[in-house]
Amino acid sequence: MTKSRSGIIVVITFVLAIAAAVIAIGLGSVTIKVPEILQTLLDSTSDSVNETIIWNIRLPRVLLAMIIGANIAISGAILQAVMGNPLADPGLTGVTSGAAVCVLIIMLAMPEYTQFIPIAAFVGGMAAATIVYALAWRRNGISPITIILAGVAVNALCGGVVGYLSIIYSDRLPSAVQWMNGSLAAKGNSVVAMVFPYAIVGWILSIFAIRKANVIRMGDQVAANLGENVHRIRILLSILAVFLAAISVAAIGMIGFVGLIVPHMARFLVGSNYKYLLPMSMALGALVLLVADTGGRTIFAPLEIPAGILMAVIGGPYFLYLMRRSVF
Amino acid sequence: MFEVNSISIQYDEKQVIKDFSFTINEGEIVSIIGPNGSGKSTLLKAVSCQMTCKTGSVKLNGINLKSMKPKQIACQMCMLSQKNQAPTDMTVYDLVAYGRYPHKRWFEKLTNDDRDIIQWAIDKTHLTAYHDRTVASLSGGESQRAWIAMALAQRPKILLLDEPTTYLDISHQHEVLELVRELNLDMGMTVMMVLHDLNQAAHYSDRVIVVQDGEKAMCGTVEQVMTAKMIREVYKMDSEVHYSSTEQKPRIHLLHTAR
Repeated sequence: MTKSRSGIIVVITFVLAIAAAVIAIGLGSVTIKVPEILQTLLDSTSDSVNETIIWNIRLPRVLLAMIIGANIAISGAILQAVMGNPLADPGLTGVTSGAAVCVLIIMLAMPEYTQFIPIAAFVGGMAAATIVYALAWRRNGISPITIILAGVAVNALCGGVVGYLSIIYSDRLPSAVQWMNGSLAAKGNSVVAMVFPYAIVGWILSIFAIRKANVIRMGDQVAANLGENVHRIRILLSILAVFLAAISVAAIGMIGFVGLIVPHMARFLVGSNYKYLLPMSMALGALVLLVADTGGRTIFAPLEIPAGILMAVIGGPYFLYLMRRSVF
Repeated sequence: MFEVNSISIQYDEKQVIKDFSFTINEGEIVSIIGPNGSGKSTLLKAVSCQMTCKTGSVKLNGINLKSMKPKQIACQMCMLSQKNQAPTDMTVYDLVAYGRYPHKRWFEKLTNDDRDIIQWAIDKTHLTAYHDRTVASLSGGESQRAWIAMALAQRPKILLLDEPTTYLDISHQHEVLELVRELNLDMGMTVMMVLHDLNQAAHYSDRVIVVQDGEKAMCGTVEQVMTAKMIREVYKMDSEVHYSSTEQKPRIHLLHTAR
């Protein structure tokens, strides 16, 4: 994997993601042609008939899919380095469901505090990550298998809490179900405005994480020998990964497999150096979730499949395929 | 140059290293030997600050390691464990370049000087032809040499090796130990290593430290330490120690378990 080649692939993927975004804006019950989309987006004085559809419905949805896809993929890539485990991702380690439980508690039990949803998601994600670490901790580091087992335990626990909440608050459930399935439907500019500032912070911090992720992927002993405080890096990078995953959960609920599969595809394409792997995960995550969401709302129209469900349907078999090729 | 002063290490309730002291002079090769579970590797981890000592101090050139930042320590001392695994797509050059990491700050790029040091480390470990090969594609001995090259690129004053030959076949074992000796003779590199094979320890070191139950059982020149009496007491084996006319260092023939 030469460096120039990896760099070119990253740039191409970013370009592809942007191109896909423009096309996705045009798809839907009203088909809009690409020139008209570009004109509307680039020239604010133009008065296209579809202006409202583009600015208020399609663009926010496309942006949201891309931001969330990028966040979850980066989160997964960082967790894989930190836990030294190719299976680590915010879903399997329980971070996503931990965040989701706290969001659900607010949505169902304390609907008057919805402005605290992002904070609740972060707190829930951190709690899950802490439990997983505490369970998987051994004197000589963390064992990859126990991480996954601990993740299973946390996921089961959260599943139980979700089940309990949905029984006692069954009257308020429908809106929460839509959110829980990872649906991007009817999320307007306000959700984009909520997520975007957090995402920018997360992405900037991710740039700083590249060097540390590159060292810690060499293993604890080597990283320590190179003069790094392994525990501190692990904690800081985990907080960043939880942060990225939590704001995504707060915005659109649970979307699985993006954090697991996208970094794998990225590694296959550009190698394991985080200088390329992290931006590649970002671009590819944006592209994959955008395709999943756009597919979900157009293929079976007028029926709409939440992106989270489509990701699980595509992601599950792909995951099995990876296992078969014994990538793990 | 390297002073270890009565250090103790405890795992849970069990005391693994008890009141251990020794010094290593500049330009020496010192081997640590001892039975399984005697605390050899723990000792190496303790002196390299990867494990905190309950008591005692470790000083490098008169400075207590506890008062140094991890990065500063990494610029002066390097420890390699028995088995290291590089990501499968990492090239020899990229691996060796990691050796410059402790010398760099955030976003500091490799300078020409760094590149010269990396190249020097690769040449020194006879890996020039493998520059762009992935570490995963190398043989056991070659990959161990690549890791030693990374250690060299750190430009340490002292090199700590934890059983550098354990996972290698005999010829690769010697290949690695010859390299260690070459680095010692050419550059005056100070080396402290844990070895299992008594003959290798005898052949490649200036001094030997024997560890038994976390305590220093013996410490001295190869000739002082490698005796049938020590082997019976520490390893419970009967043996013959020969000095041949062609070699300076003794050869140990293990006979059978002592009765």
